[in-house]
Amino acid sequence: MKAYQRKLDIRNGCVDLSHGSGGRAMAQLISGLFHEAFGNEWLARGNDQSAFDVGAGRMVMTTDGYVVSPLFFPGGNIGSLAVHGTVNDIAMAGAKPLYLSASFIIEEGFRFADLKTIADSMGEAARTAGVHIITGDTKVVERGKADGLFISTSAVGIVPDGLDLSAENARVGDRVLISGTLGDHGVAIMSKRQNLAFETEIVSDSAALNDLVARMVEAGGAGIRLMRDPTRGGLAATLNEIAQQSRLGFHLVEEEIPVKPGVAAACELLGLDPLHVANEGKLVAIVAPETAGAVLVAMREHPLGRDAADIGEAVADDHHFVQMATSFGGGRIVDWLSGEQLPRIC
Amino acid sequence: MKYADEFRDKEIALGLAKTIRAETDPGRPYRFMEFCGGHTHAISRYGLEDMLPDNVRMIHGPGCPVCVLPAGRIDMAIRLAERSEIILCVYGDLMRVPGSQGASLLKAKARGADIRMVYSTIDAIRIAEDNPEREIVFFAIGFETTTPPTAVMIRLAEKKQLSNFSVFCNHVLTPPAMQNILESPDIRNIGRVEIDGFVGPAHVSTIIGTAPYEFFAEEFGKPVVISGFEPLDMMQAILMLVRQVNENRHEVENQYSRAVTRDGNLRAKEEVSDIFELRDQFEWRGLGPVPYSGLKLKRAYARYDAEVRFGMNELCVDDNPACECGAILRGVKKPVDCKLFGTVCTPETPMGSCMVSSEGACAAHWTYGRFRDHQQRRAS
Ligand code: SF4
Repeated sequence: MKAYQRKLDIRNGCVDLSHGSGGRAMAQLISGLFHEAFGNEWLARGNDQSAFDVGAGRMVMTTDGYVVSPLFFPGGNIGSLAVHGTVNDIAMAGAKPLYLSASFIIEEGFRFADLKTIADSMGEAARTAGVHIITGDTKVVERGKADGLFISTSAVGIVPDGLDLSAENARVGDRVLISGTLGDHGVAIMSKRQNLAFETEIVSDSAALNDLVARMVEAGGAGIRLMRDPTRGGLAATLNEIAQQSRLGFHLVEEEIPVKPGVAAACELLGLDPLHVANEGKLVAIVAPETAGAVLVAMREHPLGRDAADIGEAVADDHHFVQMATSFGGGRIVDWLSGEQLPRIC
Repeated sequence: MKYADEFRDKEIALGLAKTIRAETDPGRPYRFMEFCGGHTHAISRYGLEDMLPDNVRMIHGPGCPVCVLPAGRIDMAIRLAERSEIILCVYGDLMRVPGSQGASLLKAKARGADIRMVYSTIDAIRIAEDNPEREIVFFAIGFETTTPPTAVMIRLAEKKQLSNFSVFCNHVLTPPAMQNILESPDIRNIGRVEIDGFVGPAHVSTIIGTAPYEFFAEEFGKPVVISGFEPLDMMQAILMLVRQVNENRHEVENQYSRAVTRDGNLRAKEEVSDIFELRDQFEWRGLGPVPYSGLKLKRAYARYDAEVRFGMNELCVDDNPACECGAILRGVKKPVDCKLFGTVCTPETPMGSCMVSSEGACAAHWTYGRFRDHQQRRAS
């Protein structure tokens, strides 16, 4: 048996099974590491749950699991990603995200130092987004049973009165707006996973979009039909999903779709299509044509929407195809990805 | 996507499209086969078909090494990977290729086989060094372009005296397959192959040069233009083919002169012929057995040959009888002519070779071109 450690040795120590046993070691981990990082009045009360006030409007709730590899990537880590992703799911309803829960499944042997970095960046991400992590859970599993660390987060938020964003609101003629360059997150992750050295380091776009959304709602109100964050499956999957749900088709113009040259080059190299690559700090908005201009201006005034663009429109199409005029002058379909995105060999 | 790329310039492309339109004779068809999957991909990805006149038709050939790998070879690899001492290293796009009865390497991995996705041959060598107590097998596939790296890897394994490393060799050759398309016995069943010229693969030719295609030009009277993979390369190659057809010429022309010469890369060719030799025949998914179209390791390198080392038996699995791949690969039919297209056969559940990788003719049509069928139906 290892001697019981009185104080967490963050620099050299690691998580072992005792930290998930419900005993003192676990209490130390939670208060010494997580509370420290997330620090807020709700957690400080030390209950198994947190009570909070509910404002006016409809509540929204979401939950998500994070199982990324590698855990650390250029522009973030699994912790900041977990906060951003969940905050964004709430924000896509046009809602103001308020409270988060976080549940950790940690593999024994996981270094405290890494856990602290992750928890700190979660705390930081939450503060920046103006939300509070008010409840959580910690489990430790044996070596080999988790890929280092899994995080699940849930969040609640409130949609302002009069706003009801949903795919069935989309109409023929609506504009398709995106908030910035595509594929940054997916390529940043892949560049680490595959140890591919790209000339320019590509940084994940992981960010909380609630503030950008608030500005858009201010500018566009109910003219915004719906919003989505194009995460896994990229813009292609998101637009195909919306096309199915809204029973419309989309026409995109490839030249208008912003992609960083470094991302485009990396995709070329790996045989991937940037439209299929994941984003963690971008949104797609389907907006009434008369409102689109104002929303686009509002987006471009926000740091997270600087590269926002109007990339196409909703059209009547019984087959719900997403079509694109290629920058080369031809036309093609933008389909869902089949299976996992795997690089081609030649 | 904002490329400042000189090979994707829209204005030049539109100009080329206009020239092609002006120079084609509306009274006759121009049917060109691009052999290589990379070309198929470029055509679909940039919507080149939209830019060509209706009487210029591109036929998507069998040139994707993943598509043409027969189910039996996948089954063989799965059997190998299921042995506990073995780590099988494969390229990612092989993982989903169906073996018999829906088996795949991805499913075998999920069931516990130690299959690792690698991005280069060097990764496989590294895994062999890191796991001296295991047997590392590299699943080698590809045309003439990917054979030299496999040869280099075997040399490296030799130099490092790795005793736990071998290669499951599935390298195939382009010219025998092109010949098979034009003159295999199957043609009696599926009908005449109407091809007026070939777009030849650029990457392959950087290794083997343009000379091996001279035989086609002479023997079959078909023009061949070796073309790069950028959309402008393709458009230019098509124009060169149109001109040859108009002038009744059948020569090998080189559009990709920025990298391809007549003789190719002599060192790479030497390296390959030192280590590999021809198989009497090799089965291609969709084409069947093609004489002298595959490579295996020479006797002197038998210790690096997984088939010898692990006594692997050749497994043969028949393709789905309803699958029209053979006719599609030869341009006799189009993907939509196959009853299985888009119903039981989709990129998620591929039945035949043309649907297996994104570069196959059916998959490319499904992924990028499907909307044209509806437009055409509406127009007619
Ligand atoms: S649709 Fe499928 S089954 Fe039919 S020819 Fe194409 S690959 Fe073969």
